Amino acid sequence: MIQVTNLTKRYAGCTAVNDISFTVKRGEIVGLLGPNGAGKSTTMRILSGFMPATSGTARVAGLDVFHDSGEVRRRIGYMPENNPLYLEMRVSEYLKFRARLKGLSWRSARQRVSTVMEQCGLTDVPRRVIGQLSKGYRQRVGLADALVHEPELIILDEPTIGLDPNQIRSVRALIKSLAGSHTVLISTHILPEVEMMCGRVLIMLGGRVLASDTPENLQRRMAGGSQVIAEIAAPVDQLRAAWEDLSEVEQFDVSPSDGDFFRCALTPRVGCDLRPAVFALACERGWIMRELTRSRHSLEDVYVQVTKPITGDGE
Amino acid sequence: MSIFWALLRRELSAFFFSLTGYLIIAVVTLLTGYNFVVLVQKLGTDPATMPLTEMFFSSYFFWLILLLVPPVITMRLFALEKASGTFETLMTTPVSDVQVVAAKFVAALIFYLVAWLPLLACLFLMQHFARQSSTLDAGTVGGMYLGIFLTGGLFLSLGCFASSLTRSQMASAIISFAGGVGLFSLAYLAKGVPVNDPERPQVLAYFNLFDQVDDFTRGVVDSRAVIFYATAAFLFLFLTLRVVESRRWK
Repeated sequence: MIQVTNLTKRYAGCTAVNDISFTVKRGEIVGLLGPNGAGKSTTMRILSGFMPATSGTARVAGLDVFHDSGEVRRRIGYMPENNPLYLEMRVSEYLKFRARLKGLSWRSARQRVSTVMEQCGLTDVPRRVIGQLSKGYRQRVGLADALVHEPELIILDEPTIGLDPNQIRSVRALIKSLAGSHTVLISTHILPEVEMMCGRVLIMLGGRVLASDTPENLQRRMAGGSQVIAEIAAPVDQLRAAWEDLSEVEQFDVSPSDGDFFRCALTPRVGCDLRPAVFALACERGWIMRELTRSRHSLEDVYVQVTKPITGDGE
Repeated sequence: MSIFWALLRRELSAFFFSLTGYLIIAVVTLLTGYNFVVLVQKLGTDPATMPLTEMFFSSYFFWLILLLVPPVITMRLFALEKASGTFETLMTTPVSDVQVVAAKFVAALIFYLVAWLPLLACLFLMQHFARQSSTLDAGTVGGMYLGIFLTGGLFLSLGCFASSLTRSQMASAIISFAGGVGLFSLAYLAKGVPVNDPERPQVLAYFNLFDQVDDFTRGVVDSRAVIFYATAAFLFLFLTLRVVESRRWK
């Protein structure tokens, strides 16, 4: 659905997007993740045909976004950052206007507007002036606008920013319901959002794509180096000696917990799971163990890990 | 074409469903009304041979309106859309740049002409109470409105161009006001230099807005003036289009 090859965008004095390539298959929900200024919005603006790339190509449904701009724009529903709307218009009036701009006939515009208003939960505010609506409702108007012409590709730039938790949940549910029938590209810097909604994540930083995989795979990739936490009641010098002897342990840290227990944080060598070895050791020595866990890496760790080397360079 | 109509409708509703729109109409009506009162007083004391429409425009009220109103009408057109970000949502729909520029300009022109309608009431009021039936002539009224249309078109296209250059409405109004004053000064210069002066460049004659407007209000339609206004308006609209397109090659 989307094919981006060696895309670069330079503004005067800075490179916003630096030679990125990725593809998105039809029906996928892909999250574009990265800190502010990573080049997410620029990438989306280029894909939506608002501005051209400095070099490289971007194709949507096989069409070049610059040369077949009109046709591409017909196939894309785009909601920019901050969701700009005409505040003096009424909800249904605005959506009808937008549907007409996107080439729908008067009759089908009316039909589609009532469909998307239902889909986005706007049926109770059709005659309200957009400027008087709460932020949550405005966001839904923006989403309804992106959906109104039944686009093949939906591009949403930070769709849940500034919403309260309930509104965020309903917007996420709406986006999730689009999976399969539409291809969706979402940008965000909220990590749990990507974990919840997206089938695949592209992590961007400094105008480059640093990682591209499913959220599960990214977590699994990290899991090899997961720390193991064990709380054991035993003399502290015996514990230290035991970890010293265990060849799979790369690093360890023993700190006193309440009572006779000590909390041991063990970092294994790459690719090992320490838990069976720790359990076997405790059984053998007759130590009492009350906790044995492996810290599960969240996407946040992946994100921090992936974005670290470059930020480190800058310091 | 249906996209153009949708855009035009939206632009017109932005004018007519806003307080600013009615403020502009009120100011124009106030100025023409005041002009009318002054005129009636003048006519009461001594009779005049000039056509009524020409008398209306021989005062400086027309020029005041022409200099002040178009910048206020047009400042919103592109600057507000750029500032609020709706320009991005607009340009990512399958509309062409030409449609957007044309719809915005036509809407501004229609609104400007509507603002001038109360003048017609003043003229008919005058005719109603005058003893002579020949006070008002269809030719002179037609010529007058053609003059309003053409000069308005030029100043509004200048305003469109100014609005496309910036994202601040205030800056847009100032730029188009400065441009209008520039044109106005050029007209002043053209009027000041004697016609038979050998040093006088031929082109300056085209900028003599005062005599051209006088001609229109007298019911005289000079094709040179019509072509001058039309080409100048098209030039500014073309420049506006280039600015709107510039995001593609900037």
